[in-house]
Amino acid sequence: MAAAAGAAGQEKQLAPTLLSFFIYNPKLGPKEGEEEKKILFYHPNEVEKNEKIRNVGLCEAIVQFTRTFSPTKPAKSLHTQKNRQFFHEPEENFWMVMVVRNPIIEKHKDGKPVYEYQEEELLDKVYSSVLQQCYSMYKLFNGTFLKAMEDGGVKVLKERLEKFFHRYLQTLHLQSCDLLDVFCGISFFPLDKMTYLKIQSFINRMEESLNIVKYTAFLYNDQLIWSGLEQDDMRILYKYLTTSLFPRHMEPELAGRDSPIRAEMPGNLQHYGRFLTGPLNLNDPETKCRFPKIFVNTDDTYEELHLIVYKTLTSPFSLPDTASIPPTLEFCRKLDSIVGPQLTVLASDICEQYNINKRISGAEKEPQFKFIYFNHMNLAEKSTIHMRKTPSVSLASVHPDLMKILGDINSDFSRVDEDEEIIVKAMSDYWVVGKKSDQRELYVILNQKNVNLIEVNEEVKKLCATQFNNIFFLD
Amino acid sequence: MSREPPGPGEDEAPGAPAAAAAGGAGGAGGAGGEGEGRARAGAEGGGCYLALCARPVHFEKANPVNCVFFDEANKQVFAVRSGGATGVVVKGLEDRNPISFRMEDKGEVKCIKFSLGNKILAVQRTLKSVDFLNFIPDSPQLEYTQECKTKNANILGFCWTSSTEIVFITDQGIEFYQVLPEKRSLKLLKNQSINVNWYMYCPESSVILLSTTVLGNVLQPFYFKSGTMSKLSKFEIELPAAPKSSKLSLSERDIAMATIYGQLYVLYLRHHSRTSNSTGAEVVLYHLPREGSCKKTHILKLNRTGKFALNVVDNLVVVHHQDTETSVIFDIKLKGEFDGSTTIHQFVLPPRSIQPYQIPVAGPASVTSQAPVPCKLYSSSWIVFQPDIIISASEGYLWSLQVKLEPVVNLLLDKGKLMDFLLQRKECKMVILSVCSQMLSEPERGSLSVIATVFDKLNHEYKKYLEAEQSYTMVVETGLSRSNPLLKRPVRTQAVIDQSDMYTHVLSVFTEKKEAPHKFTIAVLMEYIRSLNQFQIAVQHYLYELVIKTLVQHNLFYMLHQFLQYHVLSDSKPLACLLLSLESIYPPAHQLSLDMLKRLSTANDEIVEVLLSKHQVLAALRFIRGIGGHDSISARKFLDAAKQAEDEMLFYTIFRFFEQRNQRLRGNPSFTPGEHCEEHVTFFKQVFGEQALMKPTTF
Repeated sequence: MAAAAGAAGQEKQLAPTLLSFFIYNPKLGPKEGEEEKKILFYHPNEVEKNEKIRNVGLCEAIVQFTRTFSPTKPAKSLHTQKNRQFFHEPEENFWMVMVVRNPIIEKHKDGKPVYEYQEEELLDKVYSSVLQQCYSMYKLFNGTFLKAMEDGGVKVLKERLEKFFHRYLQTLHLQSCDLLDVFCGISFFPLDKMTYLKIQSFINRMEESLNIVKYTAFLYNDQLIWSGLEQDDMRILYKYLTTSLFPRHMEPELAGRDSPIRAEMPGNLQHYGRFLTGPLNLNDPETKCRFPKIFVNTDDTYEELHLIVYKTLTSPFSLPDTASIPPTLEFCRKLDSIVGPQLTVLASDICEQYNINKRISGAEKEPQFKFIYFNHMNLAEKSTIHMRKTPSVSLASVHPDLMKILGDINSDFSRVDEDEEIIVKAMSDYWVVGKKSDQRELYVILNQKNVNLIEVNEEVKKLCATQFNNIFFLD
Repeated sequence: MSREPPGPGEDEAPGAPAAAAAGGAGGAGGAGGEGEGRARAGAEGGGCYLALCARPVHFEKANPVNCVFFDEANKQVFAVRSGGATGVVVKGLEDRNPISFRMEDKGEVKCIKFSLGNKILAVQRTLKSVDFLNFIPDSPQLEYTQECKTKNANILGFCWTSSTEIVFITDQGIEFYQVLPEKRSLKLLKNQSINVNWYMYCPESSVILLSTTVLGNVLQPFYFKSGTMSKLSKFEIELPAAPKSSKLSLSERDIAMATIYGQLYVLYLRHHSRTSNSTGAEVVLYHLPREGSCKKTHILKLNRTGKFALNVVDNLVVVHHQDTETSVIFDIKLKGEFDGSTTIHQFVLPPRSIQPYQIPVAGPASVTSQAPVPCKLYSSSWIVFQPDIIISASEGYLWSLQVKLEPVVNLLLDKGKLMDFLLQRKECKMVILSVCSQMLSEPERGSLSVIATVFDKLNHEYKKYLEAEQSYTMVVETGLSRSNPLLKRPVRTQAVIDQSDMYTHVLSVFTEKKEAPHKFTIAVLMEYIRSLNQFQIAVQHYLYELVIKTLVQHNLFYMLHQFLQYHVLSDSKPLACLLLSLESIYPPAHQLSLDMLKRLSTANDEIVEVLLSKHQVLAALRFIRGIGGHDSISARKFLDAAKQAEDEMLFYTIFRFFEQRNQRLRGNPSFTPGEHCEEHVTFFKQVFGEQALMKPTTF
């Protein structure tokens, strides 16, 4: 690792990239000569037909072969020198495959470029998770594969896959995937009980007066405060909102291009609410009231909802999801008039709370450590390693090698059920500590000169005592 | 005291306070009979919120030989036959046993009253003197007489201010006496000269009000307390129009005194005048404080004209209107229109008649044959006394007026206002609770914001009581109570609806019914918890349990998780145990429970038990070591758990830990018999061999 950094002058590092991504169902073309029918989606589409068939056939064969050794858990990934393939069967007989090229170090020997593939750099768990999220995201907006088949057979499914993944794959930033993608957690906004209850009360009253609103989630500052949706659905919706929808709307706002929208609505001066999905201008009767559809509880009641995202200036978001009745413009106006003013008031309450929190934490000195915390039970995630998420990437502020150590520790943890603790001495005075207690995981990166194991252990204990004193965290 | 205007040609007797009620005197004679043919508008509409008490005092009705008197102080009716010679019967509302006696007929009785406690009887027969008769056992039984001190003065009447103190009111002033029953004489304590037109006595507050000046509209109050008489500042009643001549313009019929919400008020019934542009008569309230000047504070709009009478019941001003045979009520605590100095109130509820009343058929002999007779309400022979007395002299009944709260619920549709109203009433608890139940269930289910308003109002009252209670306890504990003898334990009125009331009567019933969608059920529970929190009232764990139960019933575990995550359901041992019990249906409950126990910081034993029960023996040991409790724990308990875990290495580790502890504490690794670990030592030897036991370190 150290060598890589030292020789950086002559070398060029090429990040991992997506080579191909395909979805197939072996049952669709079981006969010889009909193999093409199995393929539901293939990226890149330009690839020659026979190669597509070959690649799909290979994956099928690998899965089939490994199944003989482990009938319930067939192969999840295939390591080769140049790339790595990840397999995922989200629904019975529907397979998703993602092929990622290993990172490359480009060296120059005798004036000629020489490529050195780094076979062990990619973490299986990280990219398997990315693949699973691809499916979850598809399902959120399109429902299950099976549903599409029921709706209109292979044709409809193919159309939906094409429409969705064509765009979605471009937003995958494989070079910056890390431990957080494994967790796919939710960041919760810390809030006192009273403000929380006020929000509860607000949501309940809103759902009562706007009776087509079925579930509501409430976010502030990209952090979740309340979700009426079930955990798994919220997890992926949260991901969509915080990594895609919000950043998309944040950028023009920061650039000051936001003002024209509000200037057109002179009636709305009392509050600062507006829709992020749905109508732009409530006063324009011609405006279109189209909301994205989302699918939740697909295992159970299979609900098809409309996603309404409403936001006030100070950046809390309220996103009520409505039932299958499409929201009308009139409904939007009603929502605007009910929610807007109250939300603006609540937002200032929360903002006050936010500033108090900041003052309390700001009083302490900048700590010597960075950490990632994750709780499998409520998906709560907290990271002081990552900077603010942008639409493109969530940037880690530490060296990728350290991130990789974190990933390795995580893989170790997932292998056993028992609580454990791993302390790693990394390069240049870095220490990495991983702790697992019941369903919680904590990863700490310390940078202190000349410390020993015992001192590192003490530091981590101190961190737990200050940051996690209100949870049961074994030391 | 206020009453309807007298019948034409009726002469107001000087002894008016004791209502010489013979022949309907002082009644609303003018309107007599008129109301009979008209239907009772109010009664038809239903919801009569006023009623006469079920057990009235029945007395022999007034007739030429039987005179009837009423004493407001003791609330007693005197029926005097033939000047007392053929008997006097005294009956009271509170005192159900009638007092009967005879006295010599020494002339027409103008006024007759017992002192407080029925100790001494005072009888006025002439304009100059009052006669006394002792009713104290073993005291002289002969009558004795006191003439008024002021020459040429006529006694208008007298009032007892205690069991032995009496005030004579003459047309030229007042005389305050102490009665000495043993000596059969009176001692003048104090007197004051002042021209008096008429007077009024409020026994509740021991205040006598005198009407002075030619017009009669300057009122002079006096306050009496244990032998002292103090003059309060006088005040003038604004008359509706400038009087044309210098004659008495303020009648005592239009004035009443009553205590409302603990404060003394003078109520003035200002009739509609053509010159002023008022829409009807109104009642003007003057606040009469013990110290300071009297101020006009409230105006009650009657929006009608005619003959009125006033009562005060349960701090409500009741105005009876004879023409329509209906009554209205006013609550001065409810919001009114404030004009900078006075608050203008409209009546709270639509006008209604007093609830129809059946006169019980007298005597036990007539059992079923005779149907009860409906009583004529708002009769012209009714006389009204403060605060809540209605007398029908012609029928011989005395009632107290009551406010019925149940009908109010359907008349006052604004639930917030309804709560404001109910919370001020004496017997409000069950009605409030039933309103709460009603608004949570179909068909009259309220919206969440209405429910929130109601909860907030209830908890506001609840918090006030808790605070009063708390500051009282603090004063008592710090010993400051001795320096402040006036300090009293706060009274818990029925308006204090606490969590257990709400739980028992409203919330638990409501959640069990399951008729409402669970979303609504949970929203209601959260709203109540929000309201309690808003008033900083500690929420009882049974409310949380109700929330949890409801969430679990509907499989809303993620919701439950979020509530716990934000500590909306406050930590407690019972709650933690409840969570533990949910682990089998919702595994994360285990973690939530442990977190809660940890935060409680008094539940370390419980944490150890929980971990041991899950065979997490090492974790339990590390935990107890972390908090420094590992020297006192039972080795046997941990070894038992380790053995049950069926993990030999684990057993070895635990065993070794305790050997080391023994070594450290006692200098020897072996267990003492008191620890009862023999069985484990044997097991250890069996598995790992004798030589694996730790050797005692010798120095």
